[in-house]
Amino acid sequence: MAAELASTRAVSRTFEPVRAPLLIPTWVIIGFFLVAPVLMMLAYSFLTKEFRGGVIWEFSLAAYDQFIFDRGLFGDEPPQIEWTYIVIFVRSIIQAGVATLLCLIIGFPTAYFIATRPRATRSMWLFLVTVPYWVNLLIRTVSMKFLIRDNGPLNEALLGLGVINEPIALINTDFAVQLGLFYSYLPFMVLPIYASVERYDFALSEAAADLYANRWTILRRVILPIVRPGIVAGCILVFVPSLGAFLAPDLLGGAKNFLIGSLIEEQFKGNAGNWPFGAAASMILLSLVLIALFIYARRQARRSAQAL
Amino acid sequence: MAEGNIAIDVRNAVKRFGAVTALAGASLTIRDNEFFTLLGPSGCGKTTLLRLIAGFEEITEGEILLYGEDIGALPPNRRPINTVFQHYALFPHMTVAENVAFGMRRLRWSKADIEDQTGRILDLVKLGDLAARRPAQLSGGQQQRVALARAMAPGPKVLLLDEPLSALDLKLRQAMRIELKQIQKETGITFVFVTHDQEEALTMSDRIAVMSAGEIRQVGTPREIYEAPVDRFVADFIGETNVLDVTVHRGPEGVWTCRLPGGAAFPCQTGRPPQDGAAAHVLIRPERLSLVSEAACENGMTGVIDQAVYLGTDIQYGVRLDGGPALLVRAQNAGESAEPFRPGDRVGLAIAPGAARLLID
Amino acid sequence: MRHRINIRRYPGFLPVTILCLVVLYAPLLVVMVYSFNDSLSITRWGGFSFRWYMDIFTGPESAKFKDAAWNSLTIALSAAVASTIIATAAAVAMVRGGAFRGKALNLALISMPIMVPEIVTAVATLVFFSAIGFTLGYLSILVAHIVFCIPFAYLPIAARLQGIDGSYEEAAQDLYASRFQAFLRVLMPLMAPGILAGFLLAFIISLDDFIITNFIKGAGIETLPTAIFGAVKQGIKPNIMALSTLMLSVSIIIVTLSYFISRYGRPGTKAEA
Ligand SMILES: Nc1ncnc2c1ncn2[C@@H]1O[C@H](COP(=O)(O)OP(=O)(O)O)[C@@H](O)[C@H]1O
Ligand SMILES: [Mg+2]
Repeated sequence: MAAELASTRAVSRTFEPVRAPLLIPTWVIIGFFLVAPVLMMLAYSFLTKEFRGGVIWEFSLAAYDQFIFDRGLFGDEPPQIEWTYIVIFVRSIIQAGVATLLCLIIGFPTAYFIATRPRATRSMWLFLVTVPYWVNLLIRTVSMKFLIRDNGPLNEALLGLGVINEPIALINTDFAVQLGLFYSYLPFMVLPIYASVERYDFALSEAAADLYANRWTILRRVILPIVRPGIVAGCILVFVPSLGAFLAPDLLGGAKNFLIGSLIEEQFKGNAGNWPFGAAASMILLSLVLIALFIYARRQARRSAQAL
Repeated sequence: MAEGNIAIDVRNAVKRFGAVTALAGASLTIRDNEFFTLLGPSGCGKTTLLRLIAGFEEITEGEILLYGEDIGALPPNRRPINTVFQHYALFPHMTVAENVAFGMRRLRWSKADIEDQTGRILDLVKLGDLAARRPAQLSGGQQQRVALARAMAPGPKVLLLDEPLSALDLKLRQAMRIELKQIQKETGITFVFVTHDQEEALTMSDRIAVMSAGEIRQVGTPREIYEAPVDRFVADFIGETNVLDVTVHRGPEGVWTCRLPGGAAFPCQTGRPPQDGAAAHVLIRPERLSLVSEAACENGMTGVIDQAVYLGTDIQYGVRLDGGPALLVRAQNAGESAEPFRPGDRVGLAIAPGAARLLID
Repeated sequence: MRHRINIRRYPGFLPVTILCLVVLYAPLLVVMVYSFNDSLSITRWGGFSFRWYMDIFTGPESAKFKDAAWNSLTIALSAAVASTIIATAAAVAMVRGGAFRGKALNLALISMPIMVPEIVTAVATLVFFSAIGFTLGYLSILVAHIVFCIPFAYLPIAARLQGIDGSYEEAAQDLYASRFQAFLRVLMPLMAPGILAGFLLAFIISLDDFIITNFIKGAGIETLPTAIFGAVKQGIKPNIMALSTLMLSVSIIIVTLSYFISRYGRPGTKAEA
């Protein structure tokens, strides 16, 4: 049986001799216009800053040092822990985490519900959930801003219905940012969970019910453990872009809800920037993302190794 | 044999996929105009050998000659060999006629020639009416014929067929066996046919190569393979067989006698003379054994019927010999009235003359 | 009466799904509705009108919007074409090139534009371009867009190719087609729905991009998103809502189109034996 499968599934290698030429454009384009720039940023993060933007080619750990320590205005005071940037990073992680949680709470039931629809209507539901993702992120964020303004349609409606007496201040709060992130990346949560629930064999639910488990026990003890890879994938797909998001914090969070994205942006816009510091912040952000992806990839690899 | 008579000559072909050895030094000669079958259990390397001949895989060691010419370095599109794929691989975006014409177009035949040949070949496989259809609009049997037509159209010297009938249902499969054989006779193209179905191999082939674990165990006509298997694997794989442990003794006039541990003895055939008194295996096909009453038994093979299985045309009995092994016996079903033997009965066994073959490993 | 409990069903999941859809669509619908508001104020409803649509085509900012739209469309089109070609070649190499050392590395390279946070890509590209003296402008935007469109074009193309049985190309080669002919006459027609889906995806992604474009566009050139962002910074004006409505309609039309295309073309994948 296994041999039969192996021989019918044998991968075609028709284009093996021309593999390299076919890949060269990808190597050149991505290598030159993305790998090289990122490596350059890595290098810049270890250089000395020049005022009015730019760098001086002189090795320095100042950028990373500035990130962690406060040495006073002239750099001659005894170092103290500088909390500003750490707080920004931690706040970004928390915001991304809350947004991920929101996506999970809404996304799991949605994905489950869609996956258990009749085959004919399933793709229609899925389509409905994914369409907004294809609308320009900027437009979506602006729309959200428009909706939840102090005197926007949401508050007007609630006031009109008498649910509230005075407008709720949503805009420029942490929650607005979380809502914006949630809104931006929700489909990323729904799709992988949907894919794993769709593969789930409901005979297992029946077996569990047969063994006296109620619905919610089945969900907790059988379904959730089995579809967990989909949940983990969804969480990573939401968390990673949320971490470096720029639009939602910028448009919905206002000035006091400064996150990593805006911190990096600020270093490179205009003349006040500090390129090595921005580069260092970028590298720290990139490392966080790569660590998350790496952990995920390792888990996947281990799972597929077990499956064999 | 004259050199010109050999279509394909495989010499010590070895194919490894990383650590897996799919072919461990196979040698074969396939004659011109022959219906040649590669038979073996799945995973034994049949497809691999076929793909080496077609040029889809590169040979690791050894060589393959086509009419005396080494074709090892030629890509598949330079080999005058065509393939009927297991799942047909009909181009879904082309009509039947376009599929059939594909090879001829690549060979730059003239338009008129292509049209002629397409018509002729589609008539040959009885698909003349369906030329404008797409593969998806055809039944499995029709797709199979298109695949055959497409591969034959450019007039290859050799046609390779990888389990072409395995996706068809039983009735259609049996009809196609006869038709394929007929087409091969008519066209005179050398067919190299792969199957794991021994019945298919026996009914269609001029010669069969039995393969196992990347090696070729025996090459011969269907009769040779069935009646004179060279080893236990071939005997087991082709039809059902009883294998008994015996000692061999020289009898009078060059006749050899097998003796079972229980004392029963019977004459046997052998190609190579063994040593007197040596231990050996003997093969007896179940249909060449028959049940007799215990009293009428001459060779001392007596025992008890374990079980009787009704097979329609036949009844198969399991007989446990006294102090010895169990055997299968196949008797023709002579009707309800004539079923004298039941499980638990004591019986004797008779062996048809020449049915016991000695195997010397 | 037969009591049959469907253990697949969880009470409450339907309301959550509906809530989810409401959250997803409400902001878009509100903007759509208010884009037809015949009032200077964005708060009060002043009756239905096309006035803001007229405004974006003929109003004082119409020239700016037209330029931006032209830039957006031509960049998206060129970037989508280029990235689709590059991604198709890469997909053929990755899916039909056999196993090779560095396959995982190649895959990482192809997906790198998705993995690196956009803001990092944006500043890195900006810094790199200024270091190598690449003038910021139309061309720099185009190049950057090609880079991040590649993985989006690659995914549907590679997925489609994986679903096509390898015996089709082998059959073509067996029938005397060269490798290139086998690609052109057999593989490419079978891959077409995937290629088209990849192209449309790349097109939308390019049209959509704000962050990277905003960093590397240089002065004096705008795409629609950067123009909108610039306008929004001074407050949301009704004409921006009309423009947004137009853009989101285009996106939705394209996505709907590609949805039906991908549902339609499914031959070429053989049933599992
Ligand atoms: N491309 C391949 N890569 C690795 N192993 C292969 C490949 N093709 C075949 N094999 C292995 O070689 C052996 C023979 O396969 P195959 O020729 O397909 O057998 P058959 O056609 O007789 O069923 C099997 O063990 C199979 O798993
Ligand atoms: Mg095979």
